[in-house]
Amino acid sequence: MLTARRQPPGLRAAGPAWRCASFLIAIGVLAPVLTLAWLAFGSGVSHWGPLFAHVLPQAALNTALLLTGVGALVLVIGTGCAWLVTAHDFPGRGVLHWALLLPLAMPTYIVAFAYLDLLHPIGPVQGAIRWVLGFDSPRQFRLPDLRSMPGAIFVLGFVLYPYVYMTARAMFMTQPAHLMEAARMLGESRRGAFFRVALPLARPALAVGLSLALLETLNDIGASEFLGVNTLTVAVYTTWITRSDLAGAAQIACAMLFVVVALVWLERNGRQHQRFGSAQRMRAVQPRRLHGGAAWAATVTAATPVLIGFVAPALYLVWESAKRLQQGGGVSRGLIASLGNTLALASGVTVVAVAAGLVVAWASRSQGSSLNRARWQARVATLGYAVPGTVLAIGLLTPALAFDAALATALGWQGLPLMGAGVVLVVACAIRFLAMPVGGIEAGLARIPPAIEQASRLLGETTAGTLRRVHLPLLRPAMAAAALLVFVDAMKELPATLLLRPANFDTLATWLYAEAARGTYEEGAIAALAIVLAGLLPVVLLARNQLGTPSLTPGPDKT
Amino acid sequence: MTERSSVQGRAARALFATSAAWLAVAALPAQAAAADELTLYTTREPALIQPLISAFSAQSNIKVNTVFVKDGLLERVKAEGARSPADVLMTVDIGNLMDLVDGGVTQPVKSAALESAIPANLRGADGQWFSLSLRARVLYADKSLPLTSFRYEDLANPKYKGKVCIRAGQHPYNTALVASLIAHDGEAKAEQWLRGVKANLARKATGGDRDVARDILGGICDVGLANSYYVGQMKSAKEGTDARKWGDAIKVVRPTFANAKSGGTHVNISGAAVAKNAPQRANAVKLLEFLVSEPAQSLYAQTNYEYPVRKGVALDPIIGQTIGELKVDPLPLTEIAKYRKQASALVDKVGFDQ
Repeated sequence: MLTARRQPPGLRAAGPAWRCASFLIAIGVLAPVLTLAWLAFGSGVSHWGPLFAHVLPQAALNTALLLTGVGALVLVIGTGCAWLVTAHDFPGRGVLHWALLLPLAMPTYIVAFAYLDLLHPIGPVQGAIRWVLGFDSPRQFRLPDLRSMPGAIFVLGFVLYPYVYMTARAMFMTQPAHLMEAARMLGESRRGAFFRVALPLARPALAVGLSLALLETLNDIGASEFLGVNTLTVAVYTTWITRSDLAGAAQIACAMLFVVVALVWLERNGRQHQRFGSAQRMRAVQPRRLHGGAAWAATVTAATPVLIGFVAPALYLVWESAKRLQQGGGVSRGLIASLGNTLALASGVTVVAVAAGLVVAWASRSQGSSLNRARWQARVATLGYAVPGTVLAIGLLTPALAFDAALATALGWQGLPLMGAGVVLVVACAIRFLAMPVGGIEAGLARIPPAIEQASRLLGETTAGTLRRVHLPLLRPAMAAAALLVFVDAMKELPATLLLRPANFDTLATWLYAEAARGTYEEGAIAALAIVLAGLLPVVLLARNQLGTPSLTPGPDKT
Repeated sequence: MTERSSVQGRAARALFATSAAWLAVAALPAQAAAADELTLYTTREPALIQPLISAFSAQSNIKVNTVFVKDGLLERVKAEGARSPADVLMTVDIGNLMDLVDGGVTQPVKSAALESAIPANLRGADGQWFSLSLRARVLYADKSLPLTSFRYEDLANPKYKGKVCIRAGQHPYNTALVASLIAHDGEAKAEQWLRGVKANLARKATGGDRDVARDILGGICDVGLANSYYVGQMKSAKEGTDARKWGDAIKVVRPTFANAKSGGTHVNISGAAVAKNAPQRANAVKLLEFLVSEPAQSLYAQTNYEYPVRKGVALDPIIGQTIGELKVDPLPLTEIAKYRKQASALVDKVGFDQ
């Protein structure tokens, strides 16, 4: 522990210990990125000739198409459903408003695999269609192949829309009703009021949700490779793995990171001088009851994304697992151990990421609004999410293991203690997911009026005491939401875990991947189902935390 | 509001408590490797080598710790440096194995047992790497096709337009084949071949090798290239399973190269090397020697449906019936490794995977 010097009460920024810790975290996140840059500059650019001629234009085009398609789909589904359940009441709304988050528990690669099987010419869907149409063989009739750009957009869009839905719903719920009412009184239609008032006001939330979904898309390797869509991320892998050109791969990865950072910056800059919130919380939008056909149409509309993004693939997994169990294959002990490892890893990552996120968010905020020197640390802390998992892990290997070796030398230990104990893996995943707690806690802090802190300090409380006794209790919902998001994502994490794990350490995701790599997908169904089931609880908690509408749907917990 | 936060608070506290406990345990210093252990880094799926590892441990009383790493094995071992716990590095594909040798993370091993069991063209002259098993890149064809012989070059024949399935051209199994074509027919011909096959594709070049059989059953295509051992896996799967249906839909032909008089088939390997900084070098050599012994080679054949590197070891009966004894293309493996990057560039050039 640092020797905490009690500061005299006053309205000064957080102490140097906070800023120092925040600085160290930012350096930790930067380390893999800087290593990548160093790797990239370690070689010439001679090989860019053929890359530019044959690979990058097509890969960039594919990436742009995929991002545009997925972006449009998640915006439409996420925003549309969020508005539907916020402003309307219809049968099933009480369930759907949280069920719409369920696809978060689904790793994209599992959904891609499930749909490939479901929609395969010899799968159940096409079989049923053939039966109805009276064809005997898939050679006579079959649907277009899912392994295509539209197929990838379909799969990724229906799995990733909850990122937008979650932020949009939270925003719509807190938007004051009087703004909409004013718009209506000034002659706007309901539709006009939505497009000209509610939607523009939700822009920051939509930007956050959209960027999470798009970064997931950009860094996805499993689903896109599986569906045959050659994105820039696939090009990074090919350059690195097939051509053994790590420097070239690092160059492409750095270029991608640069574009991502530039886009995020442009978006932030674009709304820098706009204000979106009204300080005082007013009466929220009251849902309007729909009747008859309109009500059922709303039910179907809101249920469709849940069915496609969660129910169908989940049922598929249940079916495959049941088949597997019936065929005599049981649940092996390795799988149980993997479940334990997965939960342990996800918990460790959650604790580290949320604690680090709190430090960074607190330090960057306490600098005050004009003197925000530590703001860059908060921005840097989100870089990990903008890099593909394996690339981040590769970047982290060298600095982390150098530190590990130095530590072991200093302590006189053998081997690589941090790597061997899985600490490097936990740190890597925490870096990867740090964007979520930093963003979430920053947003939570922004909602706490400075007057509260001033009052606390005037009453003689220290900075640390104020944080502990005033801010932490107020931040609890934001921190819980961030923790649950990190937990779910860490459970699904595959590439960094594959590369950085210690010996004899399997998680559900690596187990599933090993089965899939061996071509025995059926045996992976149970592991996949376990990932989904274990991810369900945090998602449901998250739904209650983010989207609970106590006035309309009282929670079941009457304690 | 308060009710909800209190539930979350409890959940969050429970989460934090378990995590903190876990961190405390995990932070204990790692135990130094004991003398009767060894650490294996493998890019082979653990389930495939587990029977072999179990047999080795039972025989030698040496415990094997495994890490299954897919991409980045070389980078990890390099970064671990002198303190690396890795003793044996195991990979599939000659190119990946040569990367480890070229990356300087292996060490030479001199062993009479290894040298007598493995033919000279299937191991490094300096003992830096050893093949442990072979797999042939064979043709899966719809059962009804009247095919008895096939040349790799035929796959580009326009008569197969819209009838060919294959996994991504950038997959090591395919780049190794293209590298062989470059070695046999020259780069221009290899490029032409890629363009021809690309034009014949029934679907995107993606998925896995088993998808070729599955898509033949699904009526998407008639022929495709895939590895030999999947045939054994699928055809020996339980009656009624999907895999069995796929396997039963195909027949297999061992292709040859048009220009090679030998009439051999393209093979790739699974192999291993002793890590440069192996803390348990003696154990590492013991494992390699075990893996080429008769019983282990028999396990490779019987449980993995691979071709043994050791002469005189019986094939799995299903492989024996459906594919038969292997006639290996005599092109040295190092030649294939040499042309690998060129092959990968060609695959990009013709946009094979687009």
